[in-house]
Parts: sequence; C-alpha cells; structure tokens
Amino acid sequence: MDFTKLTIREINKNLKEKKFSASELAGFFIGEIEKKDKDIKAFLSNDFALAKKQAQGVDEKIKAGEEISMLAGVPAAIKDNILIQGMKATASSKMLENYVATYDATVIEKLKSLDTVFLGKTNMDEFAMGSSTENSAFFKTKPKDLSKVPGGSSGGSAAAVAAGEAVFALGSDTGGSIRQPASFCGVVGLKPTYGAVSRYGLIAMASSLDQIGPFAKTADDARVVFEAIKGKDKRDATSVNYLDRLQEKGLKGLKVGIPKEYFIDGMDKEVERLIKAEIKKMEDAGAKIEEISLPHTKSALSVYYILMPAEVSSNMARYDGIKYGFSTHGQNSGDLLSVYLNSRAEGLGAEVKRRIMLGTYVLSAGYYDAYYKRAQQVRTKITDDFKKAFEKVDIIATPTSPTTAFAFGEKTADPLSMYLADIFTVPINLAGVPAISIPCGDVKSMPVGLQLIAPWFYEETLFKAGEEYEAIR
Amino acid sequence: MISKEQVKHIAALARLSVKDEELEKISSDLSSILDYVAELNEIDVSDVSPTLTANFEGNVFRNDEEISQDLEVAKRLVESAPDKEDGYIKVKAILK
Repeated sequence: MDFTKLTIREINKNLKEKKFSASELAGFFIGEIEKKDKDIKAFLSNDFALAKKQAQGVDEKIKAGEEISMLAGVPAAIKDNILIQGMKATASSKMLENYVATYDATVIEKLKSLDTVFLGKTNMDEFAMGSSTENSAFFKTKPKDLSKVPGGSSGGSAAAVAAGEAVFALGSDTGGSIRQPASFCGVVGLKPTYGAVSRYGLIAMASSLDQIGPFAKTADDARVVFEAIKGKDKRDATSVNYLDRLQEKGLKGLKVGIPKEYFIDGMDKEVERLIKAEIKKMEDAGAKIEEISLPHTKSALSVYYILMPAEVSSNMARYDGIKYGFSTHGQNSGDLLSVYLNSRAEGLGAEVKRRIMLGTYVLSAGYYDAYYKRAQQVRTKITDDFKKAFEKVDIIATPTSPTTAFAFGEKTADPLSMYLADIFTVPINLAGVPAISIPCGDVKSMPVGLQLIAPWFYEETLFKAGEEYEAIR
Repeated sequence: MISKEQVKHIAALARLSVKDEELEKISSDLSSILDYVAELNEIDVSDVSPTLTANFEGNVFRNDEEISQDLEVAKRLVESAPDKEDGYIKVKAILK
C-alpha cells in the first residue's frame, strides 16, 4: 500500500480496521525520510525512537479495543519554531543551535493528547524571517526537482508534505509563511483566523500577526488538523473562543469576489491565466463570480514592513546571551554590555539583524508617529477593505503568489525583492482573516496556489469550497 | 536616507555590535526599505484610529494573585542558561 497517498480519514479507518498498524505506518515514513531527506533536507532534527514509541502506544490502544482519535498514529512534521519538550527548537538560528525546549507548545500538547506521531522538526528561515528558507543558519531545503526554493519561511514543513515524508505538518504564518511555501511546493496550507490557534510555545516573531496552521495534502486533512489545534488557551491572552460558523453552502451559489488589485503588472502571465481558468471552473460549478476592490492592497506590504520589524525588534530583545541560547559570556573579556552586543551580533543572522534595526528605527523617538502610528492607521483601512468586501461576497479568490518558485540565490542579494514575494499574502495577516492556499495546477511544471480568503472564523467556508474545488480542478 | 551615524545609533539601541565595514550595506538596505514604505505618506489617515491589537476580545485580565509554578519547569529553565550556580543565573559583574 502506498501510504503517501492516504488521507487522514483513510489512515484512521485502516488503523481501526487493522489493515495496518501505527508502527508500520510510522516505520514507512521514517524509511521515506531516511531515503529522501539527504537530498531534500526538509528536517533539521528527528527523534525516530520517540516516534516509534508513540506509534506503539497507539497500537496498544487499538489492540486493547480502546477508541482512538482521528489523528492517532498519524505521522507529522513540526516547524522548528514550535516547542516539543526535550527536543531541540533552533528556529534555524545559530542563536538557538543547542537550545532544548523546556516545555510543550499548546498545539503540541493537544496533538500529544490525540496520539499524533512526531517525525521531527523542519527547516525554516531563521526565526521565520524570509520567503525561501534560504535564511536558515544551517542548510537549504530543496523540494521535488531540487532546482527551486521551497518558499518560506515554513519551507521544510511544505517540502516534507510535498515529498511524502509526513502526512501533515505544522508551520507558522506571519505574512505568508504557510501559504506561499504551500503554493510553491504544491500542497494545501492554512493560515487560521488570528487568535483561533494558541501561540503559546511558538517562538514569537511578530505577535499581532503570527498564527500556527497546517500543511496537508487536501483541504479536508487541513480541516482535521485545524479542528484539533484551535481553541482558547489561558496561556495566550490573544487566543479567542472560536466561533464555529456553520457553512452549508459549497460552491453552488457561493459568492466569490475577485479583487482587481491582485492582478497586477509584473505578475507571471501564465500564473494569471491559470488562476483565471480555475476561477472559471468554480463558476461552472455554480459559484457567482464578482469583481471587487480592496483599494489599500498596494499599501499592505509597506504597512507590514513597518509593523512587523517593530514587533520583531521587541520580541528579539529576549536573546541577550544571558537566559538561554548562544552567548559570549564564557569568553572572559568584557563586561555585561559586551555580552549583549556580541552574543546578538554573532548569534543572529543578517536578515534578523536588519529587521531588528529597522524596527528599532521606526519605534525610536521622533519617528514613531511618522512610521509606526501611520502604519497602524493604514492597517485599520486594510481591515476595513475586507469588512466591506465581505458585505458583498462570501469568499475572495486570488493567486497565493505572483510567480511560481524562484531559483536559489535569485532574491537573496536585495532584501526588498524578497519582500515582494509576499505581496498577496501579507494583507490577510494584517486583517487577521483566515486564508488557504490550494494547489490549482502547474506552470512550466512548477506548482501554482489558489488563495481563498474568508471572513473571520469562516474557516469552514474555506474547507468546503476547497474540497469541492479539489473535485473539479 | 539613513546615515552611517544613524545606523551606529540604532545598532547601539538594539544592542547589536556592528563592524565599520558593515555600515555601508546596512545603511543602503535600510534606506531602500524606508524609501519603499514612504508611499504611506500619500494616504489620508485623518480620523482613522490605529489598529492597536489584533485581539477580538479586548484586554484580558486576571486577579493579581500568586500562580503556583511547576518547580521542574523552573529547574529546566535555569538549566538552559549559559552560566548558573545553585539555581541562579550568573552574569558579569555590573558594579565595580
């Protein structure tokens, strides 16, 4: 049996019917990683002994006739900025190269209670800052044909699912870090409503934007994982009681808005043609397509590159060479200030330092009103754009990225060119709405993602539309 | 445009030591990003309230009471520090 083709529900059914055991399943994926990952390099670290032990636990439950959860025995990959107690959590930074997590993230606690099997921790851009996973302090991840970047920052998680090294993966999305790599690697990726999933135990980047979400093969698999990890958590004050918005409507009668600002000059023409053809298929299936406007789309990237670095500069202050992580403390020369200055200078990579300095600048005396406050005001306008649009339509469809995956090194020299890769994903984080990227075909044999955006808490609309679209694409 | 002097000042505020030969590149990178975001100056934001939080439920409060902590976790936290003694984290002397 080809385990890489099975959905989560199929795995669950087979386990319950004893067609195969959780240990066999875990063993298969461990074998796939051993075989493929020396080339792909999706994983930073693995603990296969732990994975096998978790799988055995599931088999014992099945043998004893106990009920098992939908995710029991399902092998998963976890982005390396999410803490699993006792395992390394490096966030792909030299700063945390030897850091071992002291506690479980809430999402990990939830998955552990459901007996999910953890295959390992995945590569990423350092501290989730980047769009190609090239900013990892350790190595590059090379998905599929090995010639193009996997996207980022959650490139390892996307590549692992795409290569059949895991059934699903968790990533984090601050400005597109789940959806853009999902698009580049040809898998499904969900950025949930802000506050839907607890951020406790996620190494913070920009706290008003960060959300944990799943990578999966299908919209339904993404639904199963999202249902398992969502919910209010008293340890994350920004998490909310999730409001279940039931959605009976599939594509038939669904009002789909197409924002004209997302079809811009400089966009790959073939990507544009493919997206429009796929939207036409949704129309043929009964959806009502309507052109809409999100007038402040163009400004979203500017807002993002003020607010995000500001929050980064604050969150990264904790890496001081004192409490944990890389430190020059042991080098006998120097005073306390030099421990701060040198530990941070040596432990952090160029992009991280760039964002810390940018954030420090926009928050500094004399510049706060001109940059930070103005960006917060334009953020309100961007959110209002979405509110107005959702008075008219149920869902918004756009390309996830203006291009397919780019070449290694293509955008590393000029930070701004790398930032532009996130132009269609960033507005969603600023507004806090949920969005999913669904594979919708290939251009020159590279995957393209269709981004569906829903109002706050309407994830179910995304899953339902996504599922029906998957059936007709 | 951010000058090299300004880069030095920002780096000091951010507690990052920067080598002199890095100043040029940092100043040009930061300047090009700030030039890009300057487009926001063209947007009318009068009477627009800033988004202060993405939180839907407003501030979350709790009583100011002692919360008992798991001592095992506390031990593991101190263990992560580069230098420690008797459950305390050691730092360089700050008083002469």
